Amino acid sequence: MSTDNQTMTVSSRPSRKSSLRRITVLVLTVMLVLLIALPWLVPYFYIFIATEILILGLFAASFNLIFGYTGMLSFGHAAFFGMGSYVVAMLLQSFQWPLLACLLAAVMVAALLAWVIGFFCVRLNEVYFAMLTLAFGMMVFAVAHQWRSVTNGSDGIAGFSVTSFGLGLELTLGNPSVYYHVVLVLVVLAVALLYLICRSSFGLTLRAIRQNPERVAFCGLNVRRYRLAAFTVAGAFAGLAGGLMAPFLRIASPELLHWSMSAEPVLMTILGGSGYFLGPFVGAGVFVLLETWVTSMTQAWMLVLGIILALMVMFFRRGLLGTILHWLQERK
Amino acid sequence: MMDDDRHVDTSTAARAQPTSDDVILQVSNLGKQFGGVAAVSGVDLDVYRHETLAIIGPNGAGKTTFYNLLSGRMQPTSGRIVFDGRDITGLPPHRISRLGVSRSFQINNIFEDMTVRENVEVAVTAFRGDSHRWANVASRNVPIQDEADGLLARLSLSTLADRRAGTISYGDKRLVEIAVVLATRPHLVLLDEPTAGMTPDETHRVTDLIMSLRASGDYTFLITEHDMNVVFGLADRILVMHRGQKLVLGTPQEVRTHPEVRRAYLGDAEEEIAT
Repeated sequence: MSTDNQTMTVSSRPSRKSSLRRITVLVLTVMLVLLIALPWLVPYFYIFIATEILILGLFAASFNLIFGYTGMLSFGHAAFFGMGSYVVAMLLQSFQWPLLACLLAAVMVAALLAWVIGFFCVRLNEVYFAMLTLAFGMMVFAVAHQWRSVTNGSDGIAGFSVTSFGLGLELTLGNPSVYYHVVLVLVVLAVALLYLICRSSFGLTLRAIRQNPERVAFCGLNVRRYRLAAFTVAGAFAGLAGGLMAPFLRIASPELLHWSMSAEPVLMTILGGSGYFLGPFVGAGVFVLLETWVTSMTQAWMLVLGIILALMVMFFRRGLLGTILHWLQERK
Repeated sequence: MMDDDRHVDTSTAARAQPTSDDVILQVSNLGKQFGGVAAVSGVDLDVYRHETLAIIGPNGAGKTTFYNLLSGRMQPTSGRIVFDGRDITGLPPHRISRLGVSRSFQINNIFEDMTVRENVEVAVTAFRGDSHRWANVASRNVPIQDEADGLLARLSLSTLADRRAGTISYGDKRLVEIAVVLATRPHLVLLDEPTAGMTPDETHRVTDLIMSLRASGDYTFLITEHDMNVVFGLADRILVMHRGQKLVLGTPQEVRTHPEVRRAYLGDAEEEIAT
């Protein structure tokens, strides 16, 4: 009897694993279909909310590549997000490039900026790293805020329009559900690429660095170089997110570079769960929806957010997604 | 192949009289000062290829500092370290590891949130120069998976391969620690108290493992150890350190009978083990 039981559990393990995978694929497919159909399912207002969630989710996911995967807490991630916004806004304003070309430029400029800032930051550990990223973030903000002749100061870059997407496709910003779909496609593609990176040998190495950088060095790897690579890649994805934000807001302003913008992906990631790939997206969704609902009812959004975060950090370290997944696994 | 050789007297090859070409590691006048205190001073040592050299000495004798200097974790304040004809004095750890020197740690220093297999994979991936690959799927990298699985089998860790390293027993973690060291295919292996805190059974597993690895003829071992049975069972030569300096260097027989060693160390050590 007992041997029967044992063989049962042993043989059921791989199938349980594959059934888990099947459930995951099913859930993700349903979610994707719902996201595509969203403009026909929800009130007009929520198309804007969904667009914002997708963009900020990508921003938070890019942050989590260095935080959750590599173990570096950056407080300057908005520098790359905001830089992406400015690049797209300026290119649209001055040259009316197709959106795709603008986004590509945003990605490259943000990656370059991340590489330069990262070059100095990855030398430091923990709190010093966090402080230096914060300092660089403030510098970038100060430049955007004060270099009026180029950045238009606190007014930001506005009054641009999108005429084409690129690849021969026309695009205008008149219909928000069209731009929502553009964002959805690009974010899904970017997230797929980010996921691929996380599962690769490079991703494995980053996870090892988060847990024990010294041991990775003793395995023969130059940890700084890998940290810098992660920082640059994260900056590139943040640049894409920022680039998508400018046409959505119809403006690139210094607020997008402000340190409070750097705090958003930190909060979202903790809210959703830094240990899970989709955690930052869940966090972004909850963050934006709560912000919308709470601010419509009371002025005390920051207080509510503070209480929620305190509770998360004290009792639900895995974040919302992590807690739910853990709870589901325990039940089985 | 390994298992067959296990019961043969494996030490003959290693104990054959070495020549100076066979020096894999040459340490001269090595010193490390912390403020005014010399943790290691004036150490000269030639390590012969394929030998197993144990380093003993009471706590604070400078063994771990000596390892930290050899592996690049600390910069020496004086002296020179030459490995395989290359001056590695003061190189960073990753460069020294790349050249074929790998070390274990006295306190388990593994990737606790990863599976046992992933722990080994990280090191195998690093050795094979695949760590920068971003478009593959790590868990489907067949050559690396195979090599990791082979290494785990060799250390009898296969059944634990999919367990999270943080959840396995202390003794098994020590073995994972060694697996990670071996995964970078080192020529010189520095083991820092590999059997510390182990049960007699686990200690036996580790000594058997080191015996069989030694028999393969691929490795040179430096071992620090408190367990005198392990030391005298494994070592071709023994270096006795005392207050950061070389006290005696010789065969186990020479060290065992050396009056100064008996006075300075072995007596203390027995008390230490007893407490």
